[in-house]
Amino acid sequence: MTPQHTLLDYSSKARVENVMIPHIARLVRVIPMVQDNYLFLFRFEDPHLNETFIYKPGQFVELTVIGTGEAPISISSTPTRKGVLEMCVRRMGRVTNALYNLPENSFVGLRGPYGNGYPVDDMKGHDVLIIAGGLGMAPLRSLLNYILDNRNQFGRLILMYGTKTPDDVLFRDELESLTRRGDLECLLAVEQAYQYPGAHPWRGKIGLVTDLFQYVKNINVPNTIAAICGPPIFYKFVLEKLLKMNFSKDHILMSLERRMECGVGKCGHCAIGYKYTCIDGPIFTYWDVINMPELIEF
Amino acid sequence: MKILKLPKANFNKFLLGLNNYGEVHIPKKKSEETYVFAPMEDPSEVALEYLRTVIPPKKYFFKPKEALFKHSDGKNFIEHIEDVNKKLILFGLHPCDIHGLKILDIVFGTGYIDKYYFARRKNTLIIGLSCMPDEKCFCRSMGTDATEDGFDLFLSELKNSYLVTVGSSQGDDITNDMKDLLTEITRKDTNEYLKIRNERKKRFTLQLDISDLPYILELQRESEVWEDLGKKCLCCGSCSMVCPTCSCFNIYDKLSLDTKQTERVRQWDSCLFKDYAVVAGGHNFRANRADRVRNRYYHKQHGFVTQFGKPSCTGCGRCIQYCPTQIHVVEVFNKVRGED
Ligand SMILES: Cc1cc2nc3c(=O)[nH]c(=O)nc-3n(C[C@H](O)[C@H](O)[C@H](O)COP(=O)(O)OP(=O)(O)OC[C@H]3O[C@@H](n4cnc5c(N)ncnc54)[C@H](O)[C@@H]3O)c2cc1C
Ligand code: SF4
Ligand code: SF4
Ligand code: FES
Repeated sequence: MTPQHTLLDYSSKARVENVMIPHIARLVRVIPMVQDNYLFLFRFEDPHLNETFIYKPGQFVELTVIGTGEAPISISSTPTRKGVLEMCVRRMGRVTNALYNLPENSFVGLRGPYGNGYPVDDMKGHDVLIIAGGLGMAPLRSLLNYILDNRNQFGRLILMYGTKTPDDVLFRDELESLTRRGDLECLLAVEQAYQYPGAHPWRGKIGLVTDLFQYVKNINVPNTIAAICGPPIFYKFVLEKLLKMNFSKDHILMSLERRMECGVGKCGHCAIGYKYTCIDGPIFTYWDVINMPELIEF
Repeated sequence: MKILKLPKANFNKFLLGLNNYGEVHIPKKKSEETYVFAPMEDPSEVALEYLRTVIPPKKYFFKPKEALFKHSDGKNFIEHIEDVNKKLILFGLHPCDIHGLKILDIVFGTGYIDKYYFARRKNTLIIGLSCMPDEKCFCRSMGTDATEDGFDLFLSELKNSYLVTVGSSQGDDITNDMKDLLTEITRKDTNEYLKIRNERKKRFTLQLDISDLPYILELQRESEVWEDLGKKCLCCGSCSMVCPTCSCFNIYDKLSLDTKQTERVRQWDSCLFKDYAVVAGGHNFRANRADRVRNRYYHKQHGFVTQFGKPSCTGCGRCIQYCPTQIHVVEVFNKVRGED
């Protein structure tokens, strides 16, 4: 689509919807999950938008806290459950702090959805192995619930999720109840299951997320797509394991984080080599990642 | 293509006549070797001899700093597009700067469309002007030393007149309105033009060979050229600000003093600034100067080429002229090519 350099072309481009302007949404509920990681539920003020805002697991929005600024946040809910957008936000700095200080029912701004999201259509018919570390569960929860809601379109489904302690497990109640489902192998691990009086007893495993591989048998590697998300050290060990199992590099999907300002491929900040994380990503195959000219340290 | 002739005797009348179509901006001389595009108060101010302004014409479409929307007590974000109804005539753009705008048209018009840019682009008439290169111009190597489109009118200087090429219907309207100032071109004018073109060709002294450059850059990623350059570059960002194709920006919110109104602002940024790739928590993906410098050069001559089939450099020479430590883009690439 090369530009025309004509008045007609300029005029039509001056008339498009303004992508920089957020939609007004209401913060309907705040659910504390773990320390400084709460789940925030939003609804658009325009009821129509709640129906028409179509997104894919793995996509993100630019969330505006009015008067403070914007931050890119993954959507943790699934498009198969309309009406409310859920976001798991970690308290980090200016914008996220301001969000934590917002009373329920306040107005915020949302624009998006942005990014490529997980290639769910291409994943259909495959076995899916979801591996999350720490906060990496936030974007993967969308994928997990999407698959559960379209369960018959996917093969075997395995979730491995590891955190430091039981207090760091995001969506703990939800995930613990999923362990009872017969059509999902849901494996949770913590490095230390220390127990303080009154704590909810830990029923998962103890160890690193990679230790969970011993509990899943006969992974059909050529037909499996692995979606992984976590901190740098997590990627190092999980990738090592997957490559040893002979996962093809384009069957490993990773979510990358970079500085973002615009979310729409214009401001330049999120560039890695020749790709823009905001439009070409944030989901990349491992093959894409190792071919990115700007080295990524794991 | 419609081509007419404007005798130099009629030139001031022509410039004045442009006032009928909007606010006329022209190149003006600020001080020795410093030129700017600014509103015309009198036709005598036009600096026809200028080669490059400090800030390129991108400032009219992609503003150095602008509000994107406002929010007050109500629920809505109110769109704000500065100069949305202003008719502008930019007189005197050289071919490289017209190409600069054509490159920005691609950047702001591909994928998500930047409404702010195009709202102003559609209200602006571009009147090009021919030029004679200096030792910092390498547009000929970039294929931007001439242009067949991207202007409404283009003036090519001959000895006693200008050839006026009509590039759009609006340009045609202007030449019709001003037909008393214009005459037909003759065989003699064509010959004179060819002579000047040949002379101009000889004047280019600076050359950059871009054939195979993306591949060479791929091979030279770890070259010591980048480390050396990182030591010399101050990361002041001047080269980005003056570059007609650099288009990075930051976005932030500004609260009014009474805290009742917020503005979302975007402002020019440079990939050379230290915190350009800093994320929350403090990690910097390009902490070293060498990485940031390399990133700029690779974007212009590799990334953009891969994406859009041409470099995002017009060879205008601004970054050469305004770098406080005399970093010379062509010398850098020649070093990378092993040709220095
Ligand atoms: C695609 C994507 C998805 C994400 N999904 C989630 C999610 O689901 N949940 C979540 O909690 N987080 C998520 N994040 C991270 C989240 O965007 C950041 O934590 C958030 O932007 C922090 O904003 P802040 O204003 O609270 O932090 P601050 O630390 O105040 O940072 C604000 C922004 O300013 C920038 N900045 C500018 N100058 C500087 C400087 N000198 N030093 C440091 N920073 C500077 C930072 O890079 C940062 O982007 C995601 C990020 C991306 C890119
Ligand atoms: S103008 Fe020169 S010193 Fe400044 S950032 Fe550019 S190359 Fe570096
Ligand atoms: S990189 Fe330098 S020569 Fe090329 S367009 Fe930008 S300012 Fe001009
Ligand atoms: S966030 Fe602006 S280009 Fe990606």
